Amino acid sequence: MATTSKQYKAIGEDLWKGRTEKINAELFALTYGALVVQLIQDYEDYAEVNKQLDKMGYNIGTRLIEDFLARSSLGRCADFREVGEVVAKVGFKSFLNITPNVVHGAAPTAASSPTRTSMPLPQANSPGATFTLTFEENPLAEFVELPEEALDGGLWFSNVLCGVLRGALEMVQMQVTASFISDVLRGDEATEIRVTLVKYLEEEVPVGDD
Amino acid sequence: MAIFGLWVINKAGGLVYERSFGDGLPHLTSNEYLVLAGTLHGIHAITSRLSPTGSSSGAHVISGETFKMNILLTATGTKFVLMTSLVEPTADTVLQKVYEIYADAVMKNPFHTPEMPIRSEGFDTRIGQLLG
Repeated sequence: MATTSKQYKAIGEDLWKGRTEKINAELFALTYGALVVQLIQDYEDYAEVNKQLDKMGYNIGTRLIEDFLARSSLGRCADFREVGEVVAKVGFKSFLNITPNVVHGAAPTAASSPTRTSMPLPQANSPGATFTLTFEENPLAEFVELPEEALDGGLWFSNVLCGVLRGALEMVQMQVTASFISDVLRGDEATEIRVTLVKYLEEEVPVGDD
Repeated sequence: MAIFGLWVINKAGGLVYERSFGDGLPHLTSNEYLVLAGTLHGIHAITSRLSPTGSSSGAHVISGETFKMNILLTATGTKFVLMTSLVEPTADTVLQKVYEIYADAVMKNPFHTPEMPIRSEGFDTRIGQLLG
């Protein structure tokens, strides 16, 4: 079932509108900010804070995927490219009401430019396939300005999102790495997360039919 | 038209939730339920490999003379099994709603460990309201 980009956007829009319980965006941003600051105070090491944020995100992701699947009734994605589309247009839209831009990259042979759009290469499904999400807006970091030490220390403020992606995709049998490659809070031009497929997890779960 | 029972089976085949409605089903010990659920999990895995048309997600409906079982397999490997009378037409939508309630009451509870038995009042209440 080839679902077009527009259809995914429509599904995402419906899911967002269908949610009866939404949270005030400022409260959300403030809560997350308080969390990050507390972690920094507790661990005093920005690399460790990044790791903890990723761990928390992982826990969230493993649970969030069930809500996503229960409400969206979407079946399995045909390939990793479709995963990127669904994550960006349906996933992020239905939970955060944002639609990051998604750029696909097939399994690289050498260090390839992250902005190269993919053509239907046969490697779109193999380990090493990637997609990059570019965020125009980030509800977690609405009012945030990072201090010098955080910039030097290498803090990725919204690292919880990487954990969420990792956790959610692992529950649907994909092992991925997700990490920030740039963040406007750090003075970069754009906020980008790159998600790379490590491998498909062969569990005893039957592959769904479509 | 009746719903007799609901089972939730985790991805390893362990029974994490079991509930009977009305007197339709015989009362079994929890051990017996565990064994039955594990057996069903195994059968379901086998049926997924028997498909003549390539990849398949395994049996959806198993029906007998007096009742049937509808099975919803989620992409995360959890199985929701609904035991109903033969003429129950709404089993699939009911199972989808059960999945939604599971996503809300069980998965969103931070103190619930995934794949472990479900001990949640909220889940019990909402399932009772849906299927009671």
